[in-house]
This record gives sequence, C-alpha cells and structure tokens, in this order.
Amino acid sequence: MRRILIASLMSGLWLTQVCFAQELNVPTQATAGDTLSIPTSGNGEATFYLVGPGSSLKQTVHLGQAIQLSANDLNASGRYVAILCAGACTSSHFFVVPAGVSTLSFLAHPSRALVRQNDAISGVVFPFDKFRNLVIAPVTVNFQLTANKANLFSRSMPTRFGVAWFRSGSWNSAGMAQLTASVNDISAQRVLQLVASDPCNLRIKAQQVSKGILVETDPVHDCSGNVVPDGTIVSFTANSSNGRSTVDAPIKQGVARAQLTPAGAATISAASGVVMGNELRMEVRP
Amino acid sequence: MKTIIPMVVVVVTVALVIIGTYSPSQIGMAVGEGIGTTYSGSSSGGDAPQQAVSALLQNVQRRNWDGAYAQLASANKAEQPSFVRDLAGSSGSLRTFSSLAGWDLHPLHATDSDADIRATLHWSTPVGAVDDIRDLKVVHEANGWKVAWPEPHFPDVPAQVIPVNYLRWDLVSPGAGDEWGNRGVDGPHVRIVSMNAVSYQGGSVIMGEAINEDTVPAFVNVNADLVGQDGKPLGQESSFDKILHVLLPKQVTPYRIDFPDVDLQNIKNVHMDIKTTLVPASADPVIGVMDQAIDSDATGRKVLKGRLLNQSGQIVNIPHVIATFYDNQGKVIWVSDGYIDRALYPQTPESFSVELPKTVAGNAQTYHVVVNQYSLGKS
Repeated sequence: MRRILIASLMSGLWLTQVCFAQELNVPTQATAGDTLSIPTSGNGEATFYLVGPGSSLKQTVHLGQAIQLSANDLNASGRYVAILCAGACTSSHFFVVPAGVSTLSFLAHPSRALVRQNDAISGVVFPFDKFRNLVIAPVTVNFQLTANKANLFSRSMPTRFGVAWFRSGSWNSAGMAQLTASVNDISAQRVLQLVASDPCNLRIKAQQVSKGILVETDPVHDCSGNVVPDGTIVSFTANSSNGRSTVDAPIKQGVARAQLTPAGAATISAASGVVMGNELRMEVRP
Repeated sequence: MKTIIPMVVVVVTVALVIIGTYSPSQIGMAVGEGIGTTYSGSSSGGDAPQQAVSALLQNVQRRNWDGAYAQLASANKAEQPSFVRDLAGSSGSLRTFSSLAGWDLHPLHATDSDADIRATLHWSTPVGAVDDIRDLKVVHEANGWKVAWPEPHFPDVPAQVIPVNYLRWDLVSPGAGDEWGNRGVDGPHVRIVSMNAVSYQGGSVIMGEAINEDTVPAFVNVNADLVGQDGKPLGQESSFDKILHVLLPKQVTPYRIDFPDVDLQNIKNVHMDIKTTLVPASADPVIGVMDQAIDSDATGRKVLKGRLLNQSGQIVNIPHVIATFYDNQGKVIWVSDGYIDRALYPQTPESFSVELPKTVAGNAQTYHVVVNQYSLGKS
C-alpha cells in the first residue's frame, strides 16, 4: 500500500515538474554501504522520501541542513529517487553502485571428469559485494587448478557484466584436484575429481584350482597409466563344452578376479564396458 | 406386523443353519485351474493316482504339513523337515513369501501299481505368478495311492570363513546451510547403448541395453513414451523390475518395457528416457552364471538354463535372472527374466532357467545373463 502511495506521489511529481523554493543537491552516484549527505536549501520543516530498489524511507528534515543517510539506507545497488516535500515537492535521482568484491559465487562443473578430455571442465564466477550486490564493474578473476601442490592450469579472466568464466581440458593424472577462483585476496574453492578413463590393454591370466578356474586381471590401468577405480566391473566369460559361464566381478585393489567352472577345452575372455581384453585358451582337467 | 418380520428372520436363519449343517462340505476344495485334459486342483473327478497328488497339494496349499507328509510313499521317504523346507522355502527365499494358488496335473504313464504325473504348481508370489514343474511318481501301497516325493537336496554349506574385501560407496550430502554453488556431486553418467522394438502377442516390447560409463554406482530406470501415427501419445511405461537397477561402474544392464495393449504397427516414434541417481551401493555379492546353454524344458519350451554361483560370503535371499539374447549382428532381440525361488547360499550352485519365445530362439546366437539380488535387511 505504501509503495502504491509513493508511486502515485512520484507520478504526480513527474507530471507537474514545478519548480519550488526548496532544493535537493543529490550526488549522481554513491557506493553501497557508504553514508551519504544530501544538502538542502530553504528553511522550515519538510518531509523527505527515499525510494530505492530494496528499501524506502520517510523522515522529517530541516531545510537548509544536510540530510544524512546511513549505510543501511543504501545497501542495495541501483537507482534511487529522493523526494523533498514542503507544501510542494521536488525530486531528484541518483545511482548507488556496488561496493568492492566481498564474496565470489563459483560454479564449477563437473564434480568428476575423466582424464585427458578436451573442454571437460568449466567454471563460472559471479563477484558480489558484502551486501550481495552483483559487482558489474570489471574485476579480474584468477582461475587456478592444482593437484598434489602442482599447478595444472592458471588463467586470468576479467568479468564482463558481472560474470567471468573459463573452460579447460582435464589433466592426465587421476586424483583430487582443487579449482580456485580468486579476486585479490578473496577466493572460492571447489574440489574436482579427475578419474581414470576406460581400461587400456586389459590382460587376464588363469589358473586351475580345486573349484574350477581362477581368472584374474593384471592391474587395470587406463591409457595414461592411471589405476582404474575399484568397483569397476570386469566381465569374465568362459566358453567350453559345459556351455557359457560369465561373472561380472568388480575390481578390488586394482585387480578383478572371478571363479569360473568350464570343462575340457575352454576359451576365456574379459571385457570392461566397451573394452575387450585378451583371450586365453586352456584345457581344464576334471 | 411388529412380530411378523422378526419371526421371518428367525425362521430363515434356522433354515439356513439346517441347510448348512446337512449339505456336503466344500471347505478345503483347492482352487486350481483346469486346462484341456489336465486334472486340476478344483476337480473332484480323475483317477486315483491323480487324486493322491491332488490331496497332497491341497494339504500343501493349506500348509497342513503333517497331512501332506502323510500322503507320501513310505519308500525313500524324505525327512519331514526337508520335505517342508522344499515346499515352504527357507532363508528368506521367494518361496517363503509364496502360496500355492493352484496346479495342473498331466498323467504321463500309469499302471496298476504306479503312475507318473507331471504337476505344474502355480505359486502366487510377491513378484507375480511363478510356475514350478515337477514330475512325480505315484505308487500303490497297502493303504492306497501315495506320492513318492523326490528327496530334496539342500546345500550343505560347511562352516567356513570367506574373506571379503568389502567394497562399497557411501554418499555424503551437503548440509542445508552450505554455500550456494557447492551443492553435492554430479549424477552418474549412464547411456542407453541399444534399443529395439518388437511385436509380441499383439502388443509391443521395447528392449535394449544401458551402460554405466561413470566411476560411481547408479540407480537406473528406463522409461519409454510411445507416440502414435497421429502424433498423439499412446502410452508411457517404465522398465520396472526388468532391469538391473543398481549399476556399478562399466556394468551393462538389459532393460525391457512391455506395452501389451499397443500394436507395434500403430507406433510412429518411441521417446526413451533414462533416469539415474547417485546411490550408496555395494560391490558384493558377486554372482557367477555358470554353464549357460539354450535347451528345451520338460514341456518342450525353449529355455536358457544355467547355474548361479554365489561367490561371496552372504546369503542372497531372492536372486533374479535377466537374460539378453542377441542375433548374429549383435542386436538385442529379446530380454527375458525369472526369479529363483530358492536362496543362494555361499559357494553353492543353484539352477535357473528363463523362457525364450520360439520365434526368437531360432535367431538367438548369443546371450548375456545378469543377476539382480535382493537380500533381507539390505536395500
């Protein structure tokens, strides 16, 4: 209701455009969170209104004295309208710009990335001041990707209209990596997991045991030499006169193993996802 | 008028009590299914061997184990606990949650002293109807026809210690007050790698395979939306239990979605959608599928047979087998599944078979079997 009244009042002011004895000398620009003094002219009492993007206020002032606005009155950045009424009203507007960068909102994607992938990692930063105003003025954001204290990637990007971003390929080594965005001494960090790619040169060996054939892989690595994560499924298959036997076994401690029960001449193979391993042919004794 | 209505009520009640007392009792008549020339549980006729089997099954249906055991032939008679365990199940298996809904009896051979009868037992289970075919021998003894119930063989699992490197994934969720932009981790990447639509019994079946390409486990469900020739939706359905829901890294699962009421000819387009969620999961138990081969069962149906071998140290209460069949081009031509009504004990093989339609059996060149497992007390 108060907003409607103020809006009506402002509309009337814009339409009439009458010059009055009292004057407001507002600055063209102020900074969010700063105090502001607005000089006035004339004498007697008047009512002062301030309408901004996040607040509005009304107070009685003495003409001829400066109107003092506190830091809380000018938190939100944007366009403010100051109105002074003493019999008749006069108005003026000014802009409040964001204060210095206080926090960074940092969106990093993905949280997991395969090694050796082009343009796999991206990050976006939005700088905000301490009042959560988006800082529109250009600031330089430093992006940095580190792993095991080694600097994998570093880039400086200026913000444009309050946003800076980057895109990068992933590194060759699997492990936890730290992605940092910083502006001066303010920084935000995200943890990124670089994971091994598909297995490479999947090799198996088999030996006959009392309950059949024990098949196990060599330590499973990707083509960059990273150990494929435990839990990755390796499918073992044995074809023999008994029929076909399959076991989906997870890699544990770098190796997948399974027990198969072929009979006679058997062909044993392994696969993980779309990757095929070597093939073994062996004669299984009863 | 005030006295007429109460008197009529009393007279009718007394009449009904008398009729109920002197009419032949129907209590205990089994509800079965009579198909063709078969002898069913609801029939009151049939020859003596079939009546003996039917009497046994009626007691099984009522869970009157003493009565059922009394119907067995004395020769090679199994111990009653084994007999009960065979029919009532144990170790939280599917059979323990099942009840005998009906049966069909097919005489195979009969003489004055013995007879062979094929009994198809229709079990009602939480996962749907399950049929169990048993070839029973019935012998004539001094006190009538008795069923020579084959002695059940249960795994004799020796006391042992099976080392398990317990591998599982846990999920830590961020708190509500955490910083914006630092919320959780990405969902798993799972991809549908093949899809095929076929006509089956007047309806349509959508099937194929999906792979978890990520390094974390995924809970997976596949949905299909059918669009008709006029561009209007024909139906929406999910893979329900015909999929391996928890998919470990690099694991491949078949999926099958049935639209029994939608003719394939009426479908213009199929929109596939795969839903994935990051879930805590365990890599155990590992279940091997041994000695798989396409064969015919006792009724002549084509089935994929094999044995499941639980290579871990815990009992799997309800195993569920899902088989994918491929043609010579490697294309998925059928997905079939079946529940095993006995629990899987560690290191102990258990037989399974899943049916394959005759129209598909001729084209099936190879197959891939995965095993879903449900264990009591675990999600």
